[in-house]
Amino acid sequence: MAKIYSKKMRAAIPMKPKKETISFLLNYSKALRFIQVGKHSFELIAN
Amino acid sequence: MANVPTPDALLVKSYIAGDENALSVLINRHQSKLYGFIYSKVGDRDLTDDIFQDTFIKVIKTLKSNSYNEEGKFLPWVMRIAHNLIIDHFRRNKKMPMFRETEEFSIFSIMSDQSLTIENQLITEQVEQDLKRIIQELPADQREVMMMRMYQDLSFKEIAELTGVSINTALGRMRYALLNMRKVIDKHQIILTN
Repeated sequence: MAKIYSKKMRAAIPMKPKKETISFLLNYSKALRFIQVGKHSFELIAN
Repeated sequence: MANVPTPDALLVKSYIAGDENALSVLINRHQSKLYGFIYSKVGDRDLTDDIFQDTFIKVIKTLKSNSYNEEGKFLPWVMRIAHNLIIDHFRRNKKMPMFRETEEFSIFSIMSDQSLTIENQLITEQVEQDLKRIIQELPADQREVMMMRMYQDLSFKEIAELTGVSINTALGRMRYALLNMRKVIDKHQIILTN
């Protein structure tokens, strides 16, 4: 039987950020609002 | 029929219009690529998470403030933000290098505890007490000069002015104080070393 010299493919585990990081970003997005007053834009974070 | 994923541009539009779920889809779709890109540059998981987070904070702010104008090129735009943040990080660290503990490198090889051990502290206290006792044995004029010089760190000029004597007299008193102290130390075999 022919030898297989190639290395066995290992499934690469994709690198992902921590769940807390994603959760923080989604919450941050929900809390962030921009208010336009005249020419100025104000950033508001709702707690 | 195959399920065609919603294009990024459409998700961005939905997000700007107020659909928070669109952001979740965008993050899910690109997180591996972006995270891998940042990690390939900085080589540290925690730092990668920080930069990933800062990148999306910028993305969120730009989209919510209606400043985004690169329709159809969402990922390259996000990658560029991340790239700039990575450059910022390295610039900052050039001024203030950060050390991380690895198997080959121990943080304690560049950091050391300069404080005395408990034993050395006790010895130092003992030596100081002995020294004070010896100084108390000196004649008043010599003791005064010794205290001013050693404990108040005054110059001989200042000592001379404060005690109302000439500098030479102050120096002479200091000399006799030291000679007398040495005599006491020799006589009683006192060890004053740590």
